[in-house]
Amino acid sequence: MGPHILLRHLGRLTAAFVPLVMLGAASASPVFAQAELAGSWAAINSEDVSNDGFPVDYIGIPLNDEGRTRALSYSESQLAMIERQCEGWPEFYLVQGPFGLKIWSDTDPVKGGVISWTIGAWEDRAPLTIWMDGRPHPSPRALHTRSGFTSGTWDGDTLVARTTHMKAGFIRKNGAPSSDQATMTTRFYRRGDLLTLLVVIEDPIYLAEPQILSKSFRVSPTPISPIGPPCISGYEGRPLDEGVPHYLPEKNPFIDEVATRYRLPKEAVLGFPETLYPEYRKQLEAPR
Amino acid sequence: MGGQNRGGPPTTARASAPVDLTGYWVAFVTEDWRYRMVTPPKGDYGRVPMTPEARAIADAWDPAADEAAGLQCRSYGAAAIMRVPGRLHITWEDANALRVDTDAGMQSRLFHFDAVPTNAGQPTWQGESRAQWDGPGRSLTVVTRNMRAGYLRKNGVPYSEHAVVTEYFDVAPLPGDGQVLLVTTVVDDPQYLRQPFVVSTHFKKEADGSKWDPTSCSAT
Repeated sequence: MGPHILLRHLGRLTAAFVPLVMLGAASASPVFAQAELAGSWAAINSEDVSNDGFPVDYIGIPLNDEGRTRALSYSESQLAMIERQCEGWPEFYLVQGPFGLKIWSDTDPVKGGVISWTIGAWEDRAPLTIWMDGRPHPSPRALHTRSGFTSGTWDGDTLVARTTHMKAGFIRKNGAPSSDQATMTTRFYRRGDLLTLLVVIEDPIYLAEPQILSKSFRVSPTPISPIGPPCISGYEGRPLDEGVPHYLPEKNPFIDEVATRYRLPKEAVLGFPETLYPEYRKQLEAPR
Repeated sequence: MGGQNRGGPPTTARASAPVDLTGYWVAFVTEDWRYRMVTPPKGDYGRVPMTPEARAIADAWDPAADEAAGLQCRSYGAAAIMRVPGRLHITWEDANALRVDTDAGMQSRLFHFDAVPTNAGQPTWQGESRAQWDGPGRSLTVVTRNMRAGYLRKNGVPYSEHAVVTEYFDVAPLPGDGQVLLVTTVVDDPQYLRQPFVVSTHFKKEADGSKWDPTSCSAT
């Protein structure tokens, strides 16, 4: 092979190789329009947490009449039923529970892109996987699960995740319900060590208007477990043939507890939507 | 922050805004309702990381004395005003200053994207705020200092004149062409807080100011 032929081969090799090198360099560099979410995030619990201290406390939830009726029928004794002890709470609990987050990504081994983000489970909340690879949501008739199905996109450096196909559950642990038609849109805002989640819940069955919740987390210097301890159900004294504990309409014995304790109007405690707006304060100021 | 286009005329904060925050916004009180919509009783300081000194001050809270001393706006200062249920009216004061008016307490805040005019050491309820856009797809960061000492909550939970408030303003869509404004507030106070106090507050966009309802500060 003469020198000019060798040079010609080298030229072809270079022409083929340089774009590959550039592609490799590009994939190794940070994607500036996105944010790194992976890691352990400690919960900042300086706002409402859980709000399940009372059997009837739906303050701050825009329930419709059906949702309110269903909520008032709930008895917390249901949690003693063996088949419900490990049922867990819907993914809304991310911004309502007291726990931190463990977030990691799964990466395409060839292209290097993020296929999915996963937020690890707690003992009573299933893991949430956010698919970033463009796969479509399942058919409306597909199986609903505790995690549901979540797809994600980047809006600048804000991750936007939409969750569908969740099982029916609770928007608050004391029985305020969520249906299997509920959806959740979550935005992840990262600023340095601070991560804030904004959650919008739509539920055409039980909510009069979308519920809006948010919560912040801070980078944790210690690792947070990606799984909760295992939930193991056990006999809690409730016979299997005793039925589902519940209250019949207008028979919930706890309906006045919070209103009396905090001297609040009952419509606020029962989650009437108008109580979530500033003008309702005028009614609070009026003599009762 | 106002700046210079490369080879072009100076850009203004208004011209370079990545998001439109202007308009009327109403608080949607889904969190901390019992601490915001009503005045919590003395001693109910749930979830505020107070120092012992702060607790002693809060335990001595006397709203009648605040009213008598003309200090009824203590819970309407920059560290707390976004948690007060009410409406915001956000406008451009000029090309490099965003103005936020509240109907609850009738307070006005100015977010300066260029040099902040100082009050010559005189702290005010709303302090001095420096703002900057966070870049494409992001919203606004505001840092406020030189505030008059006030209350984080209406029942006397204090913050000091040394407090610094950092706020992040984000806008997101809501179903039905609506918009939500998320304001994440971080209060650092070496005197009265053991760690930063972090809350996030939601507002819904309103079509106009027909529900604007100016009301004076109240200590109770």
